[in-house]
Amino acid sequence: MSSVLYDVPGPRAIARNRILAVVTGQFTADKWYVFTFTNVWMSIFKALGQTLGAFALAAVLSLALGFVLAIGRLSEHAWVRVPVTVLTELFRAVPVLVFMMLLYYGLPVLGVRMDPYWAVVLGLMVYNGSVLAEALRAGIESLPKGQREAGYAIGLRKSGVMAFILLPQAIRAMLPVIVAQLVVTLKDTALGFIITYPELLYYAKLLSSQQGRPILQSAFVIGAIYIVMCLILSGVAKWLEIRTRHSPKLKGYTPGADDDPRVHDGTVTEVIAMQRGGGKFDAGGVGPTL
Amino acid sequence: MNVIFGNLDLWGEAIGNTLLVFFVGGIIALVLGIIVGAMRVSPVPIARAVGTVYVNLIRNTPLTLVFFFFVFGYPQLGLPDLSNTVLGILAIGIYTATYVAEVLRAGISTVPVGQAEAARAIGLPFGQVMTLVILPQAFRTVVPPMMSVFIALLKNTTVAAGFSIAELAALRATINDAPDRPGNPMEVLLWVAVVFVILVMVMSTIQRHLENKWRIVR
Repeated sequence: MSSVLYDVPGPRAIARNRILAVVTGQFTADKWYVFTFTNVWMSIFKALGQTLGAFALAAVLSLALGFVLAIGRLSEHAWVRVPVTVLTELFRAVPVLVFMMLLYYGLPVLGVRMDPYWAVVLGLMVYNGSVLAEALRAGIESLPKGQREAGYAIGLRKSGVMAFILLPQAIRAMLPVIVAQLVVTLKDTALGFIITYPELLYYAKLLSSQQGRPILQSAFVIGAIYIVMCLILSGVAKWLEIRTRHSPKLKGYTPGADDDPRVHDGTVTEVIAMQRGGGKFDAGGVGPTL
Repeated sequence: MNVIFGNLDLWGEAIGNTLLVFFVGGIIALVLGIIVGAMRVSPVPIARAVGTVYVNLIRNTPLTLVFFFFVFGYPQLGLPDLSNTVLGILAIGIYTATYVAEVLRAGISTVPVGQAEAARAIGLPFGQVMTLVILPQAFRTVVPPMMSVFIALLKNTTVAAGFSIAELAALRATINDAPDRPGNPMEVLLWVAVVFVILVMVMSTIQRHLENKWRIVR
């Protein structure tokens, strides 16, 4: 797309582009003294461990909660579906930080003391679980109706249709969204800083009280660590996507190449689906089908 | 209810600050996001590179760290003094701009290639191709996901609480640290959650409305 938007640059444009590159690419740095100590790095790794510990548990729990909520919301029984829907919408509307604060500052009022670690993990679990539930539900609902019907036709029960037919395809279709949400989970562990969970950012704050007050420098170093972790996670997502696309065994439902659901958050995929569905009105037309 | 009526002044200030951070941050995010989104598809390689690096760096950095950088780091630079609120608004605007840029870019790629080709064929330069042909079309596809970005922005304003900006999530500390204010942390936080649920519901209603109004049938 972007290649159609402009001409290939000529010699003058190339020269101008080079000058722009030199002018904007200037960076300087000092005050990096603190980061020459082994002890500091040992503590950074310990803080990294805390961050990853909270992330790992929160990721597993939110995936589990996501499945439960998604299946609950698709239930045929109103007494399951309605409360689960209300709960999912509520969890999605309350900011993660407010939820963490409720757990950490609010619960002691009721006589329950909560460790910052559990406040972070549970807060992340509830929020990301409900977002993942929505993604999974969108994935299941985007499957062709014939899949479910075929499942019933060969005599599977409701649970069998869900477990063997619908969920595997939905997970594959929604893998990019799921991993993107895990990246969000990883980033949101940094909120633990505000409720005094001793993770990476909290350690950065500690470092900045060192000699020379290297606040910007510690922010850079810790920021680099976060960026690398998130990029690794996104890299895993890309690798998984390529692997599932090439494997001949897994040639199931794959979404169209142009409707990348990651950025659309469900809604635009629906719009696109509607637009494509519009093709069925011109009777003879061989429009693209989902 | 004593939590609300006993601290009415604080609630007013807090909601005001939250909305201030939301609206000003949103405007910064929108303006910056449109610029960065255009940079990412522009003919100048360095603009593309800067756009890509900016988006990838900020999107993979926690918002808390961006706040940290601005609120604690900025005063170290010896530049003119800015209040925490201003710095917080800048932080959240710059963070959200990357999401706006990505949504816009995704919107641009949903515009059929023929549109750009036709615009080029009648001799429009890049700036006019974008502003007259591509962006007006991209904008309509982009409205629903853009609203999602702004809902996220609204929820993200709570992070400012950790950086001494007196908005809703910071209300708990303000009320509980004052000796003669009624209300315990649980009550305050539950009401804060209620306010957010209401605000988010209003925004998703607007989102649904715009989605129905501006749906394009190609």
